[in-house]
Amino acid sequence: MTGETTRPELLAVSGVTKAYPGVVANSDVSFSIKAGEVHALLGENGAGKSTLVKMIYGLVKPDSGSMRLSGAAYAPNEPRQARASGVAMVFQHFSLFEALSVAENVALGMENPPKLRDLASRIRKVSEEYGLPLDPDRMVGDLSAGERQRVEIIRCLLQDPKLLIMDEPTSVLTPQEVDILFKTLRQLSAEGTAILYISHKLEEIRALCDEATILRRGKVVATCTPRDRSAREMAELMVGATLTPPERGTKAKGDVALRVAGLSVASPIPFGTSLKNIGFSVAKGEVLGIAGVAGNGQDELLLALSGELRTAPGTLSIDGADVSALGPNDRRRAGLVAAPEERLGHAAAPDMSLVENALLSGATRQGLVKNGFIDWPATRSFAEGIVKDFDVRTPGTHVAARALSGGNLQKFVVGRELSQAPTVIVINQPTWGVDAAAAAAIRQAILDRAATGAAVVVISQDLDELLEIADNFAALNEGRLTQPRPVAGLTIDEIGLMMGGAHGMEVAHHAH
Amino acid sequence: MLRLEKRPSPSRFWQGATPVLAVVLTMIAGGIMFALLGKNPVEAIRTIFWDPLFNAQYASYSRPQLLVKAGPLILIATGLSLGFRAGIWNIGAEGQYIMGAIFGAGVGLALYPVETRLVFPLMIVAGIFGGWLWAMIPAILKTRFRTNEILVSLLLVYVAQNILASMALGLMKNPEGGGFPGSRNLSQIPSMANPELIPGTGLHWGVVAAIIVVIAAYIMLQRHILGFQIKLAGQAPRAARFAGVSPERLTVLCMGISGGLAGLAGLFEVTGPAGQISIDFNTGYGFTAIIVAFLGRLNPLGILLAGLLMALTYIGGELASFTLGLPSAAIQAFQGMLLFFLLAVDLLTNFRIRFGTKKEAV
Repeated sequence: MTGETTRPELLAVSGVTKAYPGVVANSDVSFSIKAGEVHALLGENGAGKSTLVKMIYGLVKPDSGSMRLSGAAYAPNEPRQARASGVAMVFQHFSLFEALSVAENVALGMENPPKLRDLASRIRKVSEEYGLPLDPDRMVGDLSAGERQRVEIIRCLLQDPKLLIMDEPTSVLTPQEVDILFKTLRQLSAEGTAILYISHKLEEIRALCDEATILRRGKVVATCTPRDRSAREMAELMVGATLTPPERGTKAKGDVALRVAGLSVASPIPFGTSLKNIGFSVAKGEVLGIAGVAGNGQDELLLALSGELRTAPGTLSIDGADVSALGPNDRRRAGLVAAPEERLGHAAAPDMSLVENALLSGATRQGLVKNGFIDWPATRSFAEGIVKDFDVRTPGTHVAARALSGGNLQKFVVGRELSQAPTVIVINQPTWGVDAAAAAAIRQAILDRAATGAAVVVISQDLDELLEIADNFAALNEGRLTQPRPVAGLTIDEIGLMMGGAHGMEVAHHAH
Repeated sequence: MLRLEKRPSPSRFWQGATPVLAVVLTMIAGGIMFALLGKNPVEAIRTIFWDPLFNAQYASYSRPQLLVKAGPLILIATGLSLGFRAGIWNIGAEGQYIMGAIFGAGVGLALYPVETRLVFPLMIVAGIFGGWLWAMIPAILKTRFRTNEILVSLLLVYVAQNILASMALGLMKNPEGGGFPGSRNLSQIPSMANPELIPGTGLHWGVVAAIIVVIAAYIMLQRHILGFQIKLAGQAPRAARFAGVSPERLTVLCMGISGGLAGLAGLFEVTGPAGQISIDFNTGYGFTAIIVAFLGRLNPLGILLAGLLMALTYIGGELASFTLGLPSAAIQAFQGMLLFFLLAVDLLTNFRIRFGTKKEAV
């Protein structure tokens, strides 16, 4: 896998264009992958990475342009043809049945599945060969996200692919699990399987990939060898602008603003994670970062803090006053604002205008409702203030929330909460799916609020983000929260162990 | 080949145009149906839509009927539309309408022969209470036990119909009625009557109430936080919880408002146009109001127009079966077509139709 140039070319994409109504997803994209190469496809959300790999996997047909695989013309009409040609893909969102076993799930994805017992032994064999421990008889519903990903990977490996496409594979993994995955991918690459690796995590790409193709707004803007470039250089190629890291003001910590003790709540979400005896406190001016692999209780924690889930008496206090029994609006009155992860449908109503969405959570603290009647002019100026202060790109405040891009809507949602002069701020995934420039602006705004004395809880799956803005760090693991520790001096290994390590699988590659 | 393509945002033009298109398509399909029944379609359509208002021979009788029929439809449909907007499906307005009439008439008959001006207001309160109470059954079962309000409210219609029959034959039977089923004629008792306020117009207190309710609902949806919460709960239930809206409270409230208004409509009907509690007192206003609510796009002003249109097809339909001998089932099918076409062409608001053979893997 050390970039020799003698390796034969496996896949060549030339001049591929694909347009959807209102947007050109890919415009004249060309790049090539050699056999055994780990090739990164890098770009912000909406840069056209997904459309491009969907075309390679036969899910979408290009409007023009052509592809060649191993020298022969390649134009798959459907994923089955792509698989038959040796192209396999692991999606970001798994397509597994929780109530079936690993082997049954793998069999469901095959054209001619062998007997279940034979399949189970093949799964065992492949999983040992590639250091991906997996028991074929276990129910998928009992597996962690990392293990579920292994099911998907092994499903692909059983087809003996020439090209393996992986879409953001590390977003659901702990650092230790990432190590296991990378070892597997390097082994595959050494055996001659090419890997097309989609990500926006630059350090990972530097650690793993031989070549990178960088997309911006549907066009190839650069190709480079990641090891020779710094993460900052690649980020700037990806964004097309220079980036400045957020500035932290020096601040004196104040009194405790939010105190959580003995918080246990059953999850209202099917297959959700219940919270178990969570306790922490956040002082004025402090940012507490809460990490964790997706599905370890992040959504439930936000609901319990925002008041959408009621909690037992004495579990939650703001400025010393017990707020456990209060609903969302009474907690807002007490000074707590929250921004849920899901922008469309939870933090904002998709078909309502920005003005109406400003009212949604701003009514209480901004005094936008008098005697039950809505003060629309005041609501409109509140919305206009958010748009102006947080640089939300929109034709006006009358447009529907769903018409905004993810980054702009996120700036609006976060801005709406930060504009209410809160004492406690809770944000789940502040920059999920947001472009780098918007993400930087959001992080800066959060730090600015903390500097003026707000207590901030940031729940995020992006470790880099937490290390950048948090003072203290804790991790959610199966509904339990670790003791918060100061960020300064934490190593990535310690963080990984706080997040639950590799769920007891750390030794996987040592057995080899 | 036809393809449907989702619009980036709902089309304002089609939002307004779909009801009109639906009426036109109903006329065409209904015309074909009438032709198959051996009637002249043009004459049948004209009899339904034109003659009730402008035919010299029939208009003097049928024109006032327009408001008489539209009043309860608008009153019930406006109440239902609030729940429908919030995703709360009260299908049992017919039952609540019956119970409003029974409770209202019951209070009046219990006070008979007291003659004070307080009797009618008391009956109005009782009518609202009866409808509200009947709607609270599905509401509380839903909030407490997660039952489906569609089923419960619908099945309670049949319970209400049986209570109505037993009232007409037993408890409320007119003691001076010579053994015939049915209560005293409330419209003949001055303290209990809901008379025609301006002769020859069909305007009665129920129509006045309908107009007031339409205006109130319009203001509530535009300016009041409750209207905002109703819209929010219907469009994005999780966002509504985030905004502090309690789904249980909203269910009880919307079911209560729609039940109370249906009860009110029943009270005005039993004291006015119908006159008495009888076995066949209910004529399906509660069900037709569902069509009216959707025909009016769940918008109070739209419902006002839709109620008038629906009343017209009712009166015109009766006229057509009287003058042309059209079977009443054909008229009902005609009204059903209206809802069908409305829902079908509603697709155009969110999708556009493309012609072409371009295929794309999904």
